[in-house]
Amino acid sequence: MSIQDYKGVFTFAQQVDNEITPVSFELIGKGKELAADIGCDVTAVLLGSGVAGLADELAAYGADRVIVVDAPELEVYTTEPYVHAFVDIINKYKPEICLFGATAIGRDMAPRVSARVHTGLTADCTKLEINPDDKGLMMTRPAFGGNIMATILCSNHRPQMSTVRPGVMQKLPKDDSHKAEVINETVDGLADHVNVEVLEVVKAVAEKMNIQDAKVLVSGGRGMGSPENFKMLEDLADVLGGTIACSRPCVDNGWLPKDRQVGQTGQTVRPNVYFACGISGAIQHLAGMEESDIIIAINKDESAPMIAAADYGIVGDALKIVPLLTEALKKELA
Amino acid sequence: MNIVVCVKQVPDTNEVKLDPVKGTLIREGVPSIMNPDDKAGLEAALTIKDETGAKVTVVSMGPPQADEVCREALAMGADEAILVTDRAFGGADTWATSTTIAAAVNMLDYDLIITGRQAIDGDTAQVGPQIAEHLNLPNVSYADDIKVEGDSVVVKRIYDDRYHMVKVQMPCLITALGEMNTPRYMTPGGVFDAYREKEVKVWGLADIDVDTDNIGLKGSPTRVFKSFPKALKAPGTVVTPESPQEAADFIVEKLKEKFVI
Repeated sequence: MSIQDYKGVFTFAQQVDNEITPVSFELIGKGKELAADIGCDVTAVLLGSGVAGLADELAAYGADRVIVVDAPELEVYTTEPYVHAFVDIINKYKPEICLFGATAIGRDMAPRVSARVHTGLTADCTKLEINPDDKGLMMTRPAFGGNIMATILCSNHRPQMSTVRPGVMQKLPKDDSHKAEVINETVDGLADHVNVEVLEVVKAVAEKMNIQDAKVLVSGGRGMGSPENFKMLEDLADVLGGTIACSRPCVDNGWLPKDRQVGQTGQTVRPNVYFACGISGAIQHLAGMEESDIIIAINKDESAPMIAAADYGIVGDALKIVPLLTEALKKELA
Repeated sequence: MNIVVCVKQVPDTNEVKLDPVKGTLIREGVPSIMNPDDKAGLEAALTIKDETGAKVTVVSMGPPQADEVCREALAMGADEAILVTDRAFGGADTWATSTTIAAAVNMLDYDLIITGRQAIDGDTAQVGPQIAEHLNLPNVSYADDIKVEGDSVVVKRIYDDRYHMVKVQMPCLITALGEMNTPRYMTPGGVFDAYREKEVKVWGLADIDVDTDNIGLKGSPTRVFKSFPKALKAPGTVVTPESPQEAADFIVEKLKEKFVI
């Protein structure tokens, strides 16, 4: 069969504990744009156990069709059963594009899927477009530690596969009246593909707002001087209904946990307002936050790259300015 | 017990600077290092060796100068090192790279294969799981801890908001997180042995059993169409207020202007 026979955009609808991971909606949103350029539909592929009820939610975010594989072997993610099921779907439906979230699950599953079906996979894409000439997928991603961008093609193999960084693509507004065709598929032999035993699942206690969900992020860097000084950032974040984040050195120093880290090796964020306090602005950090709507940088060093990258660069001492800013905002909002 | 660790020599991307005018990479003077996740994987293997007497073999694919990371691995305590290098392997994407490395590993005895989660020059995290796929082995990615228990390994597998303790029977492949441990230093005696006593075996295309249609640029499903510096956005406003209070007032004013408050 030729590559022209592969049709449709498929997205992996990741769920954990039967809750859809937000990036799955973002993939559908992007998938709809791509599908419009090609002239095809978007199919969300939902794997799990007792997940059939989630299909409506995927439809509400734009999926035209939802393929559900519901099996006890898929209750908790392990690589091989998920890969086997997804490959089975690819082999049956022959999609031309498959998108996965670049999560700790997607980045484990997609490589094996691509190796098994012998096609290319482009990791951590930040931009996806259809080439108007040949309708091929142009996949753009940061390379070399975020220093350059590379556009990758997969011209002679199908499906064209990519993982997409969470928080980069936009999901569609939820529309509960939008319905999808739901197809229940059975995958044979799943039990034979269980080769990893899950002994224990330990959930991290999430007492704080996820940094990707926050509308306002108050982020601190090495210039904050000590973990104690992040208290003032929390106070500022509280006033504006946001939360705190940080740059990599703060995590390396053990000041804040890894889930607070913004950047190439942390998370990509695009809040309405990003405060960068005492962050010099290494390229790897900028790669994770430069899509923020408004960037306000406070730094003692006028030549810090963060000052140049900001919409408003304030040359000064964050440790002195932030408490005054919090007080001023409290008055404004009182 | 035989452990194979895959390591890659990478440019230290933390040391890369951009030309502020042209927006292009300044590649000169960027040091090459052993990829951090791989080094953590090597340390995990050496820890198992310390406990069980396992044999640790390092495999690196790259240009001839990747000999340096092979020597470094030997100096840290690896027993053998193999450099997989050939012009025919050049230009490979992750599919072709993993095919090549899997073919090399397949020439060795192994119970456990450890790779880094991802390399800092590409950040794809694909080659480890894909090696496992080509060798038809189970894999566990994102390992924060690896313990051998009989003929199995127990791995602490990190996810975005949780971890799983999982058990997998050997032979298998594990990808290691750099945060897992602090790699040991090379010892002076180890460095001496690595350069004087030990040898880095060099394997080319003729030494491994691989289909030439599946390697190098030709065997790569993906192509780099273009690479370019990041678009620079319009410069913002930079101010140097007289006092912290003035700075705070300036920010409040801008937040009002933009209807944030």
